[in-house]
Amino acid sequence: MTEIDPLKAGQAARREVDAPHSLVLSLPADRPLMMDAGVGLAPLIIAYQTYGTLNADKTNAILVCHALTGDQHVANIHPLTGKPGWWEIMVGPGKPIDTDRFFVICSNVLGGCLGTTGPASTNPATGMPYGLDMPMVTIRDMVRAQALLVDHLGISKLFCVIGGSMGGMQVLQWAASYPERVFCAIPIATAPRHSSQNIAFNEVGRQAVMADPEWAGGRYFDFGKSPTKGLAVARMAAHITYLSDEALHRKFGRKLQNKTAPTFSFDADFQIESYLRHQGSTFVERFDANTYLYLTRAMDYFDLAEDYDGSLARAFKDTKTRFCIVSFTSDWLFPTSASRSIVHALNANSASVSFVEIDTDKGHDAFLLDVPDLLATTSGFIESSARAFGLKEAKSA
Amino acid sequence: MTHATQYFAADSARIDLLVVKDMVAANTRVLDIGCGDGTLLRMLAEERGVDARGMELSQRGVNDCVAKGLSVIQGDADTDLADYPDDSFDYVILSQTLQATRNPRRVLEQMLRIGKRAIVSFPNFGHWSIRLQIMFAGRMPITENLPLAWYETPNIHFCTIRDFVALVDEVDAQIERAVALDPSGAPMRVNAPWWIWNLFGEQAVFLLERRA
Repeated sequence: MTEIDPLKAGQAARREVDAPHSLVLSLPADRPLMMDAGVGLAPLIIAYQTYGTLNADKTNAILVCHALTGDQHVANIHPLTGKPGWWEIMVGPGKPIDTDRFFVICSNVLGGCLGTTGPASTNPATGMPYGLDMPMVTIRDMVRAQALLVDHLGISKLFCVIGGSMGGMQVLQWAASYPERVFCAIPIATAPRHSSQNIAFNEVGRQAVMADPEWAGGRYFDFGKSPTKGLAVARMAAHITYLSDEALHRKFGRKLQNKTAPTFSFDADFQIESYLRHQGSTFVERFDANTYLYLTRAMDYFDLAEDYDGSLARAFKDTKTRFCIVSFTSDWLFPTSASRSIVHALNANSASVSFVEIDTDKGHDAFLLDVPDLLATTSGFIESSARAFGLKEAKSA
Repeated sequence: MTHATQYFAADSARIDLLVVKDMVAANTRVLDIGCGDGTLLRMLAEERGVDARGMELSQRGVNDCVAKGLSVIQGDADTDLADYPDDSFDYVILSQTLQATRNPRRVLEQMLRIGKRAIVSFPNFGHWSIRLQIMFAGRMPITENLPLAWYETPNIHFCTIRDFVALVDEVDAQIERAVALDPSGAPMRVNAPWWIWNLFGEQAVFLLERRA
């Protein structure tokens, strides 16, 4: 495995936690965020990015919700990796989410490690990172924090909320919690609840982190350590679930890495091994281990119907929000059946809903990739919704 | 359900869509089952101010519709109509698809449950040219509008106009309007008796409502 300098990687990532390269909303200590865990969190800091210009009526805002290992850097160079934003295929001038026309907001989720308050953030009460003293975070808590940010920006109604995977869960929660504040919603490759299989995969990842001695009961910062090996294994295991068997076979097959014959050792003989090790080692340079525990837990706890007496239809009762639901044929982590259950619940409310299952072999990760049907669907839906919402054609018009 | 539509010649056969459109009152809520590429939905939305929703089996059709900004879900008439509450729509439309469903009676019942009215168009298997093919060639008929052999056609439940009228009665519905189209696509004489329609109508379009 590529040797990681935990100290160096840790330092850069640590800086983003308390002094992010982002816009920051600091909510005062006397206004705690009431969380599902039953405690108030204060002070609360929300790190966010915006793109485009908010119009005078404040009606052209699109909230992008990021996935488990994403962050607010949707369409700008990432401050830690130096790579382009994670959704530049979707967000930018002339893109389906056109920043010449819309005001795009993305905040680091509650519990995240890119500036929003999370387990890596410094607890003002102790001067040390929260670690496991951070209250458990839920998807609904993340959405509550986003709503505070939207309030702060003076936006009473979002034109659109969009996101994939864990981001899609937030989209569904937005539509359920604040139906009057969401004109249209685009949940992609997501589910109204985390499946048993998904909880199982998350648990494997968490156990890998916690089995690393450097995790130190979650207090690794106190000892100047970091459970990079455990977190890398967690990432490697999770990454397999984001891809399809076909895509892995197409990309790697049984090809060997820089060699013509097996070495009869446990080196990374196969390209797929080398690829996964790379995924693991680059991930730990930008991501906090406790944050990984908290956010996977938030996904596990997500079951939207449970908040509505077990009825998903009731979560969307009489909703006026327009929905466009997207799934991918080769996504076995968030299969089409999960999206279809959302469609059924919306149909039961006679809601305005479009549903597309896109044929691709790219697996769950397809929502992040250049999939033309996804881009065409998104832009067509946003375009028609903008017309229905009375938004003007272009910014200058 | 583009499969049902794509096998029909474009010009004459799709005149049924214009007939269907004329049966829909303005500013109503409509579900088009088997909406294909959304041609009818678009016509209804643009020309009738209709709140138009669609259901389509083929992924290609759904993607095209949604990219055009139409509210369409991927779904199957045989299984997915059950998810809608009663009286969800003013009209539920099934054009040239009834004969491709597994359970046409159940589909028709569901349409009349979720819609206040149902509009159904279908190819008439009682047309004289089809009768002649069976009588003289002794083979399952192949026509310009039904060009596939029996073993590869998606149309598994053909009926005649008379058969359909009998089904309407069985599901406790009544006919509000009915139009038969001749092979050129032109509507036939309104006051012609049923046997004339059944013999010379190549397609039929029915507007149905629940019996009071």
